[in-house]
Amino acid sequence: MIRVKPDERVRVSLVVNGRWLFGHAEPRMLLSDFLRHELKLFGTHVGCEHGVCGACTVEIDGRATRSCLRYAVQCDGATIRTVEGLAVGDTLTPLQAAFNRHHALQCGFCTAGILMSTTAFLAENPKPTEAEVRDMLSGHICRCTGYEQIVSAIMDVAHGGG
Amino acid sequence: MTEPARKWIGAAVPRMEDAALLTGNARFIDDLEPVAGIRHAAILRASHPHARIRRIDLEKARAHPGVIGVVAAAEVTALIGPIPSAVRAAMAYYPIAVDKVRYVGEPVAVVVAIDRYVAEDALELIEVDYEPLSAVVDPEAAAGADAALLHEAHKSNLAQSRTFHYGDPDGAFAAADAVFKAHCRYPRYSSTPMETYGLVAHFERAPDRYTVWSNFQGPFILHALMCGSLKIQGNRLRLITAPHSGGSFGIKQALYPYIVLMAAVSRLVGAPVKWIEDRLEHLMGSSAAADRAGSVEGAFTRDGILTGLRFHNLVNVGAYVRAPEPASVYRMHASSNGCYKVRNIFIQNDLVVTNKCPVGLNRGYGGPQFYFALERLMEIAARGLGLDIVEIRRRNMLEKSQFPYISPGGSHYDSGDYLAGLDETLRLADYEALKRRRDEARAAGRLYGIGIAAGIEPSGSNMAYVTLAQTVEERAKAGAKSGALGVATISIDPSGAVTVRTASTPAGQGHQTVAAQVVADALGLRPQDITVVSEIDTLTSAWSLASGNYANRFASIVITAISQAAERVADKLKAIAADELEVAPEDVELADGTARVVGVPEKAMPVRRVATSTHWNPAGLPQGIAPGIYESVVMSPEMLGSPDEEDRVASSVTYGYVCDLVAIDIDPATGRVTVDKYVSVHDVGNELNPLIVAGQVHGGFAHGIGGAMLEELVYDADGNFQSGTFADYLCPTAPELPKLTVGRVRTPSPTNPLGSKGMGDGSSMLTPAALANAVADAVGSDEVELPLTLNRVWDIAHGRRHERAGAPRARIGAGPQAAAKPGGLVGEGTVELAAPPAQVWALLLDPKTLASIVPGCERLDLVGPDRFVAAVTIGVAAIKGSYQAEIAIADKREPASMRMIGKAAGALGHGAGEGRVRLEPTATGGTRLSYSYSANVGGKVAAVGQRMLGTVARVLIAQFFKGLERRIEPEATAEKRSMWRRLFGGGDA
Repeated sequence: MIRVKPDERVRVSLVVNGRWLFGHAEPRMLLSDFLRHELKLFGTHVGCEHGVCGACTVEIDGRATRSCLRYAVQCDGATIRTVEGLAVGDTLTPLQAAFNRHHALQCGFCTAGILMSTTAFLAENPKPTEAEVRDMLSGHICRCTGYEQIVSAIMDVAHGGG
Repeated sequence: MTEPARKWIGAAVPRMEDAALLTGNARFIDDLEPVAGIRHAAILRASHPHARIRRIDLEKARAHPGVIGVVAAAEVTALIGPIPSAVRAAMAYYPIAVDKVRYVGEPVAVVVAIDRYVAEDALELIEVDYEPLSAVVDPEAAAGADAALLHEAHKSNLAQSRTFHYGDPDGAFAAADAVFKAHCRYPRYSSTPMETYGLVAHFERAPDRYTVWSNFQGPFILHALMCGSLKIQGNRLRLITAPHSGGSFGIKQALYPYIVLMAAVSRLVGAPVKWIEDRLEHLMGSSAAADRAGSVEGAFTRDGILTGLRFHNLVNVGAYVRAPEPASVYRMHASSNGCYKVRNIFIQNDLVVTNKCPVGLNRGYGGPQFYFALERLMEIAARGLGLDIVEIRRRNMLEKSQFPYISPGGSHYDSGDYLAGLDETLRLADYEALKRRRDEARAAGRLYGIGIAAGIEPSGSNMAYVTLAQTVEERAKAGAKSGALGVATISIDPSGAVTVRTASTPAGQGHQTVAAQVVADALGLRPQDITVVSEIDTLTSAWSLASGNYANRFASIVITAISQAAERVADKLKAIAADELEVAPEDVELADGTARVVGVPEKAMPVRRVATSTHWNPAGLPQGIAPGIYESVVMSPEMLGSPDEEDRVASSVTYGYVCDLVAIDIDPATGRVTVDKYVSVHDVGNELNPLIVAGQVHGGFAHGIGGAMLEELVYDADGNFQSGTFADYLCPTAPELPKLTVGRVRTPSPTNPLGSKGMGDGSSMLTPAALANAVADAVGSDEVELPLTLNRVWDIAHGRRHERAGAPRARIGAGPQAAAKPGGLVGEGTVELAAPPAQVWALLLDPKTLASIVPGCERLDLVGPDRFVAAVTIGVAAIKGSYQAEIAIADKREPASMRMIGKAAGALGHGAGEGRVRLEPTATGGTRLSYSYSANVGGKVAAVGQRMLGTVARVLIAQFFKGLERRIEPEATAEKRSMWRRLFGGGDA
């Protein structure tokens, strides 16, 4: 933990998607703003800035976390994974590929957060029931899809079949 | 000519858009830095629903380090004029409040700074001196004679009233066997796209011109209005849309006033300005579907034949008639018969202004409100006539043989088989089994209901339908309007690669994939070979008034333009290939990447080679073939004419059909509605991509469920906005959505070569009506209003009248203390104090005592007889702010009772309320103090802290009396404290 005065900009260093990166932040700067505007990782999206919509979800030290509810300075030294860290080169993860196959995204604005939550969720619960998937998704708002194809995509990845 | 083989159209092709979106590679407006030197804007918004602006002091904000500039109405209106409106009313609309604020969230000033954090810091330094005025939010109250007047120059809140007669409605009602009436109130909600509004505005000199990058969705008819307000010609306002838009559903239409505002701000502060709306701004100050009141009456024969309709639509457009309003009430106008045969229709449309945010496009635009009226009426009539809810529809629906059909209002219904759709719905739902389940459930004492809603889904809007808001004379004077231009350009570059430009600004609807499918079939290529550019740049794209993404126009109009352009390119390729292959052009087909002779597939050449020859070897082209391949089509569906003298207009191009049936079970203990079965059958003509069609149906359904069950932009009766977060404005999440069974009927549209119909809105239009019908059936009451929240359904199920926030009503209780308007805070309580009433009375009126016991009190002074002013700091959850309070004491009856009237205001909000205190002696020589209070709270604290306000009030009151107790019993309290310390060694309990 670093100590900072209210209007002081300090250097924040952290591992993002496997690389040590750093930027500067005042204590009040949200992690979501830091990732986007300091580190230029625009794949993380901001939908409400009050922790309800889930669009800004990233993995912090292995846990799916809303980046609008963390300050950047709290994350000094943390290991973070964002949506940019999922696919390897041109190869989508099975989850990303299933989202494409099932038409689980429309505008795609909420998608990054849902992918991050789901990736962490499936790591802990690889064979969830549909009710468990829907419960996990209740931390996210998607206004386009009605969630139906998102649930299908996740169930497909979890239970195989294509 | 041979019909091209359809290999891709109709196939479930996964979207080409997805890879960028799935990997964080897609760029939305807030990800763009399209010009160097961008500064960041924040908007100071009205915290009062209705107030005169006496004075604005911008100087402290201007002096704040990091601030580039601060502007308010005076500066902005020196540069721009009001935004034009289709309704002639003295209600000038500017994108910033001039002299008065008329809704919570209305822009008052703009700060531009080096970053958004600093800009928001400076907002708090702007001082606005408001003179609060009484407000009105209810459409029925607004139309009343004694309502607060929003626009003094117009002398009424009724912005416009028009009546329409089609056929002989009076005759139909006179001859009717039975007349039924549905009173309709429809709430205000919004599709709240996950990405809020955003733009970058950049002013450049000589020639003076504005460039604005944004996530505006169109319609680009609004470009003309923006230019009018900015007082410039069209080529001096360059609008560029971002490559991706995070959802729109109509809502991003109302970004346009901010484009005007920030264009002006960029000029005034001398820098490119980025403004990204936050969620609170979006919920309180962007746009929404219009809430409505009114009624519909139906004239029926005893056999249940609907012979006449009378609509009275009272439309709450919010504080201004912001273009394209009043289009929301005219979108369905020409189809006011819905899917029925009725030909005698009377319509009265009254538009009222209230102290709510202006309304605009939202998914289904006018459809949900319309069907809520018509389909509620059908079920009320069915019950009244003793008919089954299916049978009454069966007797009235248009029959397959009647298509194409011209409706009483002038709509050209292109194709349909409504009865087949109804039958398919019943089959999928197993209607007879559901009725048995209902019987069983009711026999077991449960509340079970079944509802239906059916209707047409108009797509591809005639830009002229909004001129129905004008009289025939006004229309003649303004000049005829008609049409809905579809624009598409297809080019093949010197490498042989195909590019399609659509100017269709999608926000997730997959236009790029579908356009590529259509062009791939026409040119014998694969979709992945084709690049589709769907964004607009008004200086370099082919576009017109109707461009943009709304009214399901892609599959009804844009696709026609794309098909026609593709056909022209195909014809040219075939002509060149025919020359090379030495056959007639009609003997050439484009397939599998080749131009080949029909029936002789080995006689072929690559399409790419044919195309590149137009660039590399123009001299070798056959006679009459122009070099290069660049085909632009600008078309307008031929039936979309001007409104005629009888106010009839073909307002849309294609007419899909939706039939919903839902069965629900209500838990009487909680009011929870559980969907037992939901079936939705759609006719979208030929499906261009079934994956995308399914996505649109499920998405539209989710919006319908949200509107029916959860979502409402809530205002209290004073106009204070109360749903400024996603914890207050509830969008459906995955567990809330019931299982949806989707069915299909298919009647290809004859209006375009692909037979497709626009789609996407249908379920959002019909779902709310179907659910309301099912709940009405379950509870046996027609007093059903949306949203069907737990409280409301519980009230209806128990025969209680539900108190609607924002509704006008008589004061509660007998005393003058109970003055809280609906939606405000109320509470009461009793405390026992150890001192006699006289001592308590003295303490309550002693400024020093009050200063020490009022929670958060920093100062409290007696400023006159029984008048105090105070400075207090109060925290509501994370929202901590300072407030200046004024308290007056009235109706003193020493030492028995008094009334306290107070108001408070601070940067984060304001409130006004009353409390009554009653003191009675107790047997032990103490006092029983009972109190009741009511208050209305406004501003940011009300918008985002609504869930906590009641609790915070109770906590503060408890703290107050705890303090009072301490003043009364210093000895006893001190003793208790010291004992506590002795026992536990800690601080205060």
